[in-house]
Amino acid sequence: MHIKLIVNGIEHALDIEPRTTLLDCLRDNLDLKGAHAGCEHGVCGACTVLFDGVAVRSCLMFAPQAEGTPITTIEGVTPGPGELSPVQDAFCETHGMQCGYCTPAMILVAHALLADNPDPTREDIVDAISGNICRCTGYAQIVEAIALAAERMRGANRPSERQK
Amino acid sequence: MSTGHRFVSTDRRVREDRRFVAGKGRFVADIDLPNTKHVALVTCPHPAARIKNIDKTTALKMPGVHYILDGAELAAATLPLMTGLDTPNVPRRPLAFEVARYSGEWVAAVIADTRAQAEDAAEEITVDYQPLAFVLDAEQALEKGSALVHEAHGSNVLLDKTFVWGEVDKDFAASPRRLSLRVKWGRSSTVPIETFGVVATWDPWREILDVYASIQMPRFSDQIGAALKIPNTSVRVHYDVDVGGSYGVKRGIKHTVLCGYLTRRLGFPVRLIEDRLENMRGGDAHGPERLFDVEVAFDDTGVVRSMKMRALENLGAYAGRSPFQLGKPVGAIVGPYKIRSVQYRAIAVVTNKTTQDAVRGFGQGPTNLALERCMDEVANVLGLDPLEVRRRNLIRHEEFPYLIPSGTTYDSGDYHTVIDKVLADTGYDWLKSERDRLRGQGKLAGIGMAACLEPSGGNATFEALLNPKITTSTFMDSCRINVDGAGAITATMHTTSSGQGHETLVGTVIGEVLQLDPDTVRVTRPDSLNSLPSGTPVGSRMAIMLGGAAFHAAQKLKAKLAAIGAHDLGIPVERAVYEHGNVHDRQSPSSGRSWADLVNIAHRNYHRMPEGFEPGLAVEHVYQVPTGGTLPTPDGRVHMYPCFSFEFHLLLLSIDPDLGRPEIVRYRLGHDCGTQINPKIVRGMTMGGIAHGIGAALFEEFAYNDEGQLIAQTFMDYLLPSSHEVPPIDIIDHETPSPYTVLGQKGSGESGYLGAPAALANAVNDAIRPLGISVNTLPIKMSALGDLIADAGSRGPE
Amino acid sequence: MKAAPFEYCRVANIEEACAMLAADEDARVIAGGQTLVPMMAMRLARPTRLIDINHIAALSYIRADGEAVSIGATTRQCMVERDALVKARLPLLARAVPFIGHTATRARGTVGGSLANADPAAELSLVAVTLDARLSYRVNGRTETVAARDFDIGPMTTSLPNGAILTAVHFPVWAGKTGVGFHEVSARRSDFAFVSAAAQVELSDDGECKRIAIGIGAATATPLRLKSAEQRLKGDALDGAKIKAAITEALSDIDPLADLHASANYRRRVAASLASRAVADARAHALGKSIHAH
Repeated sequence: MHIKLIVNGIEHALDIEPRTTLLDCLRDNLDLKGAHAGCEHGVCGACTVLFDGVAVRSCLMFAPQAEGTPITTIEGVTPGPGELSPVQDAFCETHGMQCGYCTPAMILVAHALLADNPDPTREDIVDAISGNICRCTGYAQIVEAIALAAERMRGANRPSERQK
Repeated sequence: MSTGHRFVSTDRRVREDRRFVAGKGRFVADIDLPNTKHVALVTCPHPAARIKNIDKTTALKMPGVHYILDGAELAAATLPLMTGLDTPNVPRRPLAFEVARYSGEWVAAVIADTRAQAEDAAEEITVDYQPLAFVLDAEQALEKGSALVHEAHGSNVLLDKTFVWGEVDKDFAASPRRLSLRVKWGRSSTVPIETFGVVATWDPWREILDVYASIQMPRFSDQIGAALKIPNTSVRVHYDVDVGGSYGVKRGIKHTVLCGYLTRRLGFPVRLIEDRLENMRGGDAHGPERLFDVEVAFDDTGVVRSMKMRALENLGAYAGRSPFQLGKPVGAIVGPYKIRSVQYRAIAVVTNKTTQDAVRGFGQGPTNLALERCMDEVANVLGLDPLEVRRRNLIRHEEFPYLIPSGTTYDSGDYHTVIDKVLADTGYDWLKSERDRLRGQGKLAGIGMAACLEPSGGNATFEALLNPKITTSTFMDSCRINVDGAGAITATMHTTSSGQGHETLVGTVIGEVLQLDPDTVRVTRPDSLNSLPSGTPVGSRMAIMLGGAAFHAAQKLKAKLAAIGAHDLGIPVERAVYEHGNVHDRQSPSSGRSWADLVNIAHRNYHRMPEGFEPGLAVEHVYQVPTGGTLPTPDGRVHMYPCFSFEFHLLLLSIDPDLGRPEIVRYRLGHDCGTQINPKIVRGMTMGGIAHGIGAALFEEFAYNDEGQLIAQTFMDYLLPSSHEVPPIDIIDHETPSPYTVLGQKGSGESGYLGAPAALANAVNDAIRPLGISVNTLPIKMSALGDLIADAGSRGPE
Repeated sequence: MKAAPFEYCRVANIEEACAMLAADEDARVIAGGQTLVPMMAMRLARPTRLIDINHIAALSYIRADGEAVSIGATTRQCMVERDALVKARLPLLARAVPFIGHTATRARGTVGGSLANADPAAELSLVAVTLDARLSYRVNGRTETVAARDFDIGPMTTSLPNGAILTAVHFPVWAGKTGVGFHEVSARRSDFAFVSAAAQVELSDDGECKRIAIGIGAATATPLRLKSAEQRLKGDALDGAKIKAAITEALSDIDPLADLHASANYRRRVAASLASRAVADARAHALGKSIHAH
């Protein structure tokens, strides 16, 4: 069937079988390989994308269900070729990964958390990533990355109150 | 913490991270070759069955289907997969041949245009099975009259070897005390989030099989070539595929032989990415399931003199390298302790469970569990403090290098200092008072500890130890450095990685030796046809071995540059000083040649080169295990590992007595892996290892029902620790360098995992001991613990 | 793990959904998909047609409805989690929702989807039974209601007739000095519960129990009310050993589930523990005191 998906700000017209998950559609039809398949039954979280800014499991959605809602993948939060967002850079600073397989999902979850809560406690961060399994890091350096990103983003330049 | 290095041990970013945070890793499922077809598997539902007939008629007519392969065709065209033990009557094949031996074993493969179509067709294949008798339990498999997993082998025993090192009987007779313990390490594994996958494509014109795989496997090309009956020079494994976690298990040889055969037969690229069900049931990536019967002989002060250990391993239906996981622990069989004599009996049996493969630690984790439970029980029996008992048994700093009864010499260590450092951070008295406070609140609370070794960088002589037909004592690694005509440095490494930061490791070591910024060293991974030998990242070896190879290659380069500079300056080579890429005269520092000069001479001014020198600046080094390699003696003594890292776990656990739910209140780890080449990498590895250990101790089990079905086959039932289950952990580092490695580094790839389960088991036991109960089986599940506590309570106080 | 093929359609109203369901007995509605999609991936569920009801605006609401609060079937669990009316009028529901799955699954999962799935461990099913909620469904052009206690009839089995679609759940609101308690235990924080317990109490001005509801989830095939314990505890001060005794007595003849994760004994025993804790929390809550974390 023919569907239209809005991914990273661009509308794509696609012809897919309805049973194609959003995950497979992103990877196979749109060549966006950053979302990964870990379990295909909604537990590991490696397939996470942002669905209208909210972190969801893309393996638990059939592509036609995703029509009409803006979808953001890891490719969409990367500022440009070779450039890193503050969250991505923080993950590099603390080495919040090893094999990299769960990493795009963790970063998107971090983005969603920090958009909602710019000053999360350690417990807030742990809770936010608790739906994403990492087998490499034991989570410590991931939590540190998100805390570091939050700290840096809180200190970032903002338009002054007067200018608003 | 740095020992005067410029780059080694400093806080450097891991260069690989850049691509991963952008989602630009290159995992096998990301590779799209034109015209690729997809494989789905048909699996056997029975724990044991004869395959009478496979009806493919309906399936072949389904949309997108190109071919259906069965075990008979594959067996006729390929050789069985390589095994480790000498067991010719226990062949192993990618698809079951005539008999399927575990529920989930692959019986047929469907190849179709899409994975979904392949799955559709797989459902339409009808297999006529004749169920056979089966056996699941290792002790039952040993019994006469047990169902035989492999009839032709005549029994279920693949290995039964007893070693006696030292005067065991005499030491037992001379000891006033002894105790026996049965300890079980349950079947779990490291279960990476990325399943195994392979894309294979055959080029008949160049006669090359290109293999892209999520692989961590020594001798991978050898095994593919052997099974497919093609020369190794026709197998090209691409090492620049990022592997999404492995921790030992991504051996993928049956998947690769299957796809390799299919692409040669069918003429297009063939892709198999395990789905999670295929992976859990039939990926052959289960870990050890080991039953220990240990007896220790000790004195009234708690000093353990001798040990008898029987280790019974439940291999599953087939065996590759997995039985060697009974041999590796021989290299550290007494742990960090001065036990004088050991009797070790290693038994491996086949059962109708999923096949195992190598898991992080290669058997050391389970062995440490048995040792550390013994230590705690010795303390308990004597009414002594378990920490004090360990102190009395630990090898002392001044006693290194220390030869253990089984023939390995431990390189260096300062176990008592590591422990002291942990206690300085978290007072033992404070921990005990916290435990008492929790007990006062009605909780069960326990302190757990484990003192364990991480053997690293070995020569794999456990192979020869368990299979005398094997005479391997070489386990090398290599690095090639080329400086091109513009002075740019490229180094190569010759294996895949699964998150260990090897590119960063190589760049750092080379930068250290050449005194140049490591970020200017490009590190690449050529394919297997363009590579030098590598033992691959197993056994915590890469810091030692790849680090060593890179170090020596860089030293060769440095020496060549110095010689070129000296020759051009007209001075003896002893007067040439290499500094930051330049070479100057020690007696006249202003007289020198810059990096650019030296590169120019090497590449373009042959007339200025020293006599007999090769032009250019290409060097390589192939590095053997620094303490060499010798074969085992007739009584099974062998020096297996050059380096031994040390970890001391200390934790406080609280258990809700009603719910049986353990909560880790405080976790400290003292860790000594010698010089840390990249501290961020080492810390991450160790944290991840502890998380794996928490999983193995408290949550993870490949549980089977009595009908031989794996009932934990999805992530809903096989429980991986999330961020909630891993507490904040403080790691206290100490560095006792190895005298045998280039920078004093030891391995740390398996750290944390080797001791955490033991420490957690000890903590639970410390908590429930006042009730007069104990638990010696992993995983320690909440419900079982809760029931055990409730039963003890209903019996009344002891 | 790719689903078997199906046709997909999206409907704008409930009548269309019912009509499509009636036209094909192997059709199924999909809302959040957090449970259905994994089952389809494992080919345990193989609908020939998926009827996407996510866009039926009329099914997504939370509103006061006389002495009840009504929640539309396709309301996302995360909406319930954040809703001020739910916090004020349905404190037990507010307390239970954060235990449902993970943040990412609550972002998509719906109230109706969870209730219609009827997993023995479902928090929403437990709260519905504890509060004597009523469920509305649409079938053959009519709206019917059924009591929550009659809705769950077995594990993953409801009394919903063929062709019916759940449309709303109506939770009665308790007046007066009310307090709630909710506990669950699982191996990992966000897993399916092994046992869960929900309690709501209304105290008289003297601090005695005027009204009490105690529900147990995940221990048996369907959530159950501890009616006999509720009877015994009416009029009690709820501060002594009577609670545990009444609850244990009420649980003595239940038939607990046994599986890979927990034994029957464990479930029976821990049900008593958690229910007692839930009642104690509810009492403290009603008295205005703070509650211990679970």
